[in-house]
Amino acid sequence: MAGKIDELLVRRVAQLARLELSDQEIVQFSMQLSAIVNYIEKLNELNTDEVEPLAHCLPICNVFRSDEVLPSLTQERALANAPDAENGYFKVPKVLENGGGA
Amino acid sequence: MMKMSDSYTIVVGLEIHIHLATRSKMFCSCELVYGQPPNTRVCPVCLGMPGTLPVMNKTAVEYAVLTAMALRCQIAPLTKWDRKSYYYPDLPKNYQISQYDLPIGSSGYIEISQEDGGTKKIRIRRAHLEEDAGKNIHDAGGYTAVDLNRAGAPLLEIVTEPDMNSPVEVRALAEELRRIVRFLGVSEGDMQKGHMRFEPNINLHIQRNGQVFKTPITEVKNLNSFRALERSIAYEARRQYEEFLEIGRTLQMGNKKTFGWDDEQEITVLQREKEEAHDYRYFPEPDLVPVRLTPEWLAEIESRLCELPLAMERRFQREYGLSRYDAGVLTAERATAEFFEQTMRLGAEPKRVCNFLTQAGLKIANELSVPIDRLRITPETLAKLAQMVESGLVSTTAANLVFEQIAREGGEPEVIVREKNLLQSSDGGQIEVLAEAVIAEQPQAVRDVVEENKKAKKALGFLMGQIIQKAGGQVNPKLVSQILQQKLNALKGKP
Amino acid sequence: MEWTVRALQEQISAGQIRSEEVVKAFFERIDKIEPQVGAFLTLLKETAYEQARSVDEKIAAGQPVGPLAGVPLAIKDNLCMTVGPTTCASKMLEHFYSPYNAHVVENLKAADAVIVGKTNMDEFAMGSSTENSGLKRTCNPWNTSRVPGGSSGGSAAAVAARMCAAALGSDTGGSIRQPAGFCGVVGLKPTYGRVSRYGLVAYGSSLDQIGPITQTVEDSAILLNVIAGYDSRDSTCVSEDIAPVPDYTADLEQPFEGLRIAVVESLLEGAQIEVQQVIAEVLKIYEAQGAQLVPIQMPHFDYAISAYYVIATAEASSNLARYDGVHYGYRSSRAQDYIEVYSKSRDEALGPEVKRRIMLGTFALSSGYYDAYYLKALKVRNLIREDFTRAFEQADCLMLPVSPTTAFRLGEKTADPLQMYLADIYTIAVNLAGVPAASIPCGLDRSRLPIGFQIVTAPFTEQTLLRIARMYERCTCWHQQLPEIAQ
Ligand SMILES: [Mg+2]
Ligand SMILES: [Zn+2]
Repeated sequence: MAGKIDELLVRRVAQLARLELSDQEIVQFSMQLSAIVNYIEKLNELNTDEVEPLAHCLPICNVFRSDEVLPSLTQERALANAPDAENGYFKVPKVLENGGGA
Repeated sequence: MMKMSDSYTIVVGLEIHIHLATRSKMFCSCELVYGQPPNTRVCPVCLGMPGTLPVMNKTAVEYAVLTAMALRCQIAPLTKWDRKSYYYPDLPKNYQISQYDLPIGSSGYIEISQEDGGTKKIRIRRAHLEEDAGKNIHDAGGYTAVDLNRAGAPLLEIVTEPDMNSPVEVRALAEELRRIVRFLGVSEGDMQKGHMRFEPNINLHIQRNGQVFKTPITEVKNLNSFRALERSIAYEARRQYEEFLEIGRTLQMGNKKTFGWDDEQEITVLQREKEEAHDYRYFPEPDLVPVRLTPEWLAEIESRLCELPLAMERRFQREYGLSRYDAGVLTAERATAEFFEQTMRLGAEPKRVCNFLTQAGLKIANELSVPIDRLRITPETLAKLAQMVESGLVSTTAANLVFEQIAREGGEPEVIVREKNLLQSSDGGQIEVLAEAVIAEQPQAVRDVVEENKKAKKALGFLMGQIIQKAGGQVNPKLVSQILQQKLNALKGKP
Repeated sequence: MEWTVRALQEQISAGQIRSEEVVKAFFERIDKIEPQVGAFLTLLKETAYEQARSVDEKIAAGQPVGPLAGVPLAIKDNLCMTVGPTTCASKMLEHFYSPYNAHVVENLKAADAVIVGKTNMDEFAMGSSTENSGLKRTCNPWNTSRVPGGSSGGSAAAVAARMCAAALGSDTGGSIRQPAGFCGVVGLKPTYGRVSRYGLVAYGSSLDQIGPITQTVEDSAILLNVIAGYDSRDSTCVSEDIAPVPDYTADLEQPFEGLRIAVVESLLEGAQIEVQQVIAEVLKIYEAQGAQLVPIQMPHFDYAISAYYVIATAEASSNLARYDGVHYGYRSSRAQDYIEVYSKSRDEALGPEVKRRIMLGTFALSSGYYDAYYLKALKVRNLIREDFTRAFEQADCLMLPVSPTTAFRLGEKTADPLQMYLADIYTIAVNLAGVPAASIPCGLDRSRLPIGFQIVTAPFTEQTLLRIARMYERCTCWHQQLPEIAQ
């Protein structure tokens, strides 16, 4: 069942999801996702023209907090899990000039 | 260079992001404060830590609704939140909580003042609430440094229709919007602190030989001053026209391009085009529940709506006979406008009060960096002072000194005038003596006046000045003028 | 000694036994059994003893203690805790230390519970066998060549092997009920909005719910008493003026008079024959107590898996976007710029099932596919919820199998993800509808593997659900069966 999610589409989706997949993973996902999506299309058996989408099961709305300030974390705690930090900042390598998109 | 037969119209639509002046962030309780050490106003929620959830700041929602009302928008009775996905180091969750298909406000307009004194309506497409990202600092060395103090700040995004046709109009809209949000008290609108960011979409409609050519739309990102906004549009218009002449690109060809603004060279710079087209994958934010704006709640918010600055400016011109310039200065800040009106209600003379406020008043307020209503002077004392000038008890110069003292230290005008011996003479006898002395001393000037020659007007002023000088400045100029006039008329043989 | 929460709490708070001794006894069992089961990712011996001693001191000083005083519990490793790492069984968070405690962890502490460890799970709760853990393998205590179920497999295995008195799990599509069924313990997924999700690492935000895994129905009620209720930090947590939190233990022993049980005949047919037989016996036991069976239709039940795997993965693709190696978590050492920090870190630290679901969810939300997949799934979700609403107009509860089979072999289904998804048929619709459901042990198959049945009730009627469950439990002794390893 090839085709539904071809390798080109898998690559596009992987890029959107920021996953650097190996060629082998691309092939595998193309097959597995095609099978899954093929199954999911069972949904099209149902006519849902008159049905409202349901994003939430809850009967509630208007849940607010009042505009009050509470203590923040210390800088040290905020950065405690950072893979790289310096001078109180999180640190990441810059985009190289010949690198990918920004 | 423009071809002789061409003429073009600049077409601009604007996206504006405004920081709302809440105490805490949009979805967490971290303090919103400018200029703190990096990553000291962050918590698990705004750091996007695993397991955290957002909770709406009610005040931010109300500020957004209030602004949308001021922009004459239709307010959505039911609104909700959506996630907008993109990856960037200053966006901790790699999605922004925003509003997609149900913005708080839609289909409104804003009125701007035009050069000729008229107004123009710029349509507002939508106004929605979202959270801000943090800050990436790219010039930190070989890496990018990320500060998340600003991440999660409430932002109101306003999108206009492409209704503006000149850099000046765009600037007028931006300034008017700033005046409105400051009037409403929903944003400080402090440009230095990045409270307002502008993203114009610009293209040209070029008329040539009875045909209209539309240039491709470009977007200029993140302008944070009125000057940069105005100049970038002027620059883009020139650039697009030149590009049109060179390669004849029109709207159908190619995607929208994004430019940055180089503030030093005052040019727009093409940003590297993204490999992938944007696909934000909006979907309803499952961690937040919808917002139902009930009629009662809306009425309550509406009651906080004030007269808008432009309407007030026009009214000041009409009701108080002020110039457009004066009315504009008075309505630049709500505090100034209200101070002025309160003083008016006490029966003071508009132009005189306006002068006090727009000159000494704003100067001192600015110096002390407080709004004008925080000075020690009150509408009552100002009205009294204005009245004293009006009735000739003090000179304008002296009154300005009194104003300054009261503004800084407080006090009653009558007391200060007496203490400082600033009461001007209204003693007609004394002035007559002085006038006669001056007439005797200055025969040439007197002759000029009596002969009513070219120099007559100037000479009269000179004689007036001589008398006032002799009196040490403390005389009522109206009275001086009256007495001098009588004496000179007598010399002319008039009654 | 008896190992239930109820029994331990009673004895400890009455001063008959010290919590420290209880904790010691549990750690001795852990030392003995854990090497074969592998239920825990982190053991918290030091803090557990500290907590136990502080409870003992309170009791000795005559101070009041909470409803879980001194009772050793385990929690799934997707619940944030300031002690130890919170890993979600992912390499991505292997060294992540949460700066805050989940709401339910605060509640457990306030109830004077002792937390002995964090349990293994499918990575980020994605899976039905715990085989997707990026850090450890967990076996079913009943037969160590079998899976414990998932994704709360570690919690269910730990309770089944009595390595803790009870545990917390999370359930997005059956992740409490299915492992509870596979391990022969009680698993309760409360109504969506009943328990605060604050501090539960999100998988599918509109479906996730925390719940207890226990030896008995009563213990479930005790734990639910502690964790249910309003929390201002979770906007989707329902306030008590909308749905008050009752004392779930109060009328537990009181049978539900005139109980009407909805049964969907057609749904049973998909299950393994022994499962069908056992469910039939369960229904007979209820009938013997005066219950009436109401055959109903759930016309959209068959579409639940499709709708679920769109909605859950769409939400997951967004929820897991934050794991990018920038602010916390794993960062690839191969990354040359920040874009590679994202793509390489995610590639190296996330497991295949997590990637698969992120891919599926990203696809379903991407431009050109949103309407056909995501929006369609939301509409079908509405139809499924209506099925439940109609069912509860006709009956007080719905009874279903938990899983079509008993615990399968380790590795049996890993090659075919779709087959694994299809096994979630009985549990998934419940999450889409947001209703409460529990898995109750009701038998063993030929190979002495546990079988569970599922009770589903209307939103916020956990009290009714637990009473109905207790009616069955009183008449049977399946809940007292122990795997050999734990005897
Ligand atoms: Mg925006
Ligand atoms: Zn925060």
